[in-house]
Amino acid sequence: MTITQAELENLKEKARQIRLDILEMTTRAGSGHPSSSWSATEIVVALYFGAILRHRPNDPWWSERDRFIMSKGHAAPLLYAALAHAGYFDRDELWRLRQIDSPVQGHPVQGLLPGVEATTGSLGQGLSLGIGHVLAGRLTQLNYRVYVLLGDGECEAGQIWESAMAAAHFKTASLTAILDYNKYQETGPISREMALEPLADKWRSFGWHVEEVDGHNISAIIDKLELVQTITDQPSIIIAHTVKGKGVSFVEADYTFHGRALTPEQAVRAREEINAAR
Amino acid sequence: MQLGELAGLKPSKPMRDVFGEALLNLARQNSRVVVLDGDLGNSTKAELVRQEFPERFFNIGIAESNLVGIGAGMAACGLIPFITSFSSFLLCNAYDQIRLAVGISNLNAKIVGSHGGITLGKDGPTQMGIEDLALMGGIPTFVILAPSDPASMHRAVQAAADHVGPVFLRSSRIAMPHIYPDDNCPFEIGRANILRQGADLTIIACGMMVAAGLDAAAILSTEGIDARVIDLHTIRPLDRDTIEAAARETGAIVCAEEHLLQGGMGSNVARLVAECCPVPMRFVGLPDIYVESADPDDLLVKYHLTAEDIAAAARQVFSAKRRITL
Repeated sequence: MTITQAELENLKEKARQIRLDILEMTTRAGSGHPSSSWSATEIVVALYFGAILRHRPNDPWWSERDRFIMSKGHAAPLLYAALAHAGYFDRDELWRLRQIDSPVQGHPVQGLLPGVEATTGSLGQGLSLGIGHVLAGRLTQLNYRVYVLLGDGECEAGQIWESAMAAAHFKTASLTAILDYNKYQETGPISREMALEPLADKWRSFGWHVEEVDGHNISAIIDKLELVQTITDQPSIIIAHTVKGKGVSFVEADYTFHGRALTPEQAVRAREEINAAR
Repeated sequence: MQLGELAGLKPSKPMRDVFGEALLNLARQNSRVVVLDGDLGNSTKAELVRQEFPERFFNIGIAESNLVGIGAGMAACGLIPFITSFSSFLLCNAYDQIRLAVGISNLNAKIVGSHGGITLGKDGPTQMGIEDLALMGGIPTFVILAPSDPASMHRAVQAAADHVGPVFLRSSRIAMPHIYPDDNCPFEIGRANILRQGADLTIIACGMMVAAGLDAAAILSTEGIDARVIDLHTIRPLDRDTIEAAARETGAIVCAEEHLLQGGMGSNVARLVAECCPVPMRFVGLPDIYVESADPDDLLVKYHLTAEDIAAAARQVFSAKRRITL
């Protein structure tokens, strides 16, 4: 099912608004991970607003909901902004990111906000949690799908490969991982710090169905997310090639923005760039 | 001399067998209970559940991080996972996952660390769980249980399932004698059991050392020393009232545990006693060492974890108390 041009324009506009909210949240907080959030913005928009996730923002713990687990927990601002735009909670909550007594924690903590499915922030854990959701659904005969957004750097963690092996073993076809492959980890280019390639081959050899996509092309992402729903005997991963800091040129060009908010002056320029992309 | 013999306790079977039976009972009663194994189900005896409920038993393999993560995911969906392995492997490999995915999330998952203490014996220090209580003490949302006999293990497994939230349960390879009648074991999380009243001093113990404490009380009674014995089956939350009353009423305390002295049951009791009613204390447990492979009984003697060692500590603390009060 391909989306119409009008729908696509709506989704692009949603991505633009969420990018702006990520900028606003992290700039006000004076800390956070805007560049890691921007690289996965189109992926999350496709999931929440591209008619992929079956969910009910006014009934957030509906037992048959599809699950979205943000394994790369430092992209919390992206998760929060998406949830707010989807109607899980008031958008004004976003401006309390990292403030005292706020449920909008620096990294996602389960139980504090509707729609936050998992505590993450120590990397490598989200895929295991996703398998747990799949196996629980199988046992309780609930028919939902589970989506896990992985960072590329966290694929260095042993637990990722423990869970990759187990997911194939348990034939978790309702589990889809989306890898935000922006090619940078905190201290530098992944190829320099800890080579991951050949990454697609690794996942294939662990028994996964592998797709690759331009991670900023919303309609292409939706096509892949629909395609993997037809895979019935193995888990799937969509390797999304992305740009860290996407949407703001001087952040795209400087990986040291990882874990760093923009200054108010930089935020003015960033806002202009994001708005100009309309 | 067998554990519990001086106190007149009847011997029983290994605690891991009791755990397996208790888990199976629970699985029969509660369809939300699932069991996750780190490929040690035949040692922890969790595999008893596999035979009867294969659809609710998951061997995740020798991958403890993933084991805990999958269990956490299941707990988030309303199941009650019992995540089982040797505590040495489970806690040390998957501490981050236990902390973040279960502890910070405050999920309704149960971590069962088997082969606690040194009495697994001949497999040696790599397999021994001598630091489990200290490690779990580092994760604030966990209830920590260390039952002392077959009946209390059954009750502890049930209590773990009934409590909504993270629970750590210590299991062991060694046989612990019957302390409670099978049909009459009080077990309330956070409420210690007073097994023997006494006025001269109090022995506070958990796990295997409860039976040794009762043996010690029998030795002391022949010397005219009247020891109170408390089964502190819950390390967190601590039973403040019972411990404070013991300090006030008996004026001297010996803590005994099959665990490192550092960060274990005794150190927690000491903090509480220091706050509410400081009295002379002594501690029976493991100093800062790793013990070797050997027969469990030989290890207990060599590392001073016997009834005689508790009795010796009791005499010391009793005379210290008398020096203070005279």
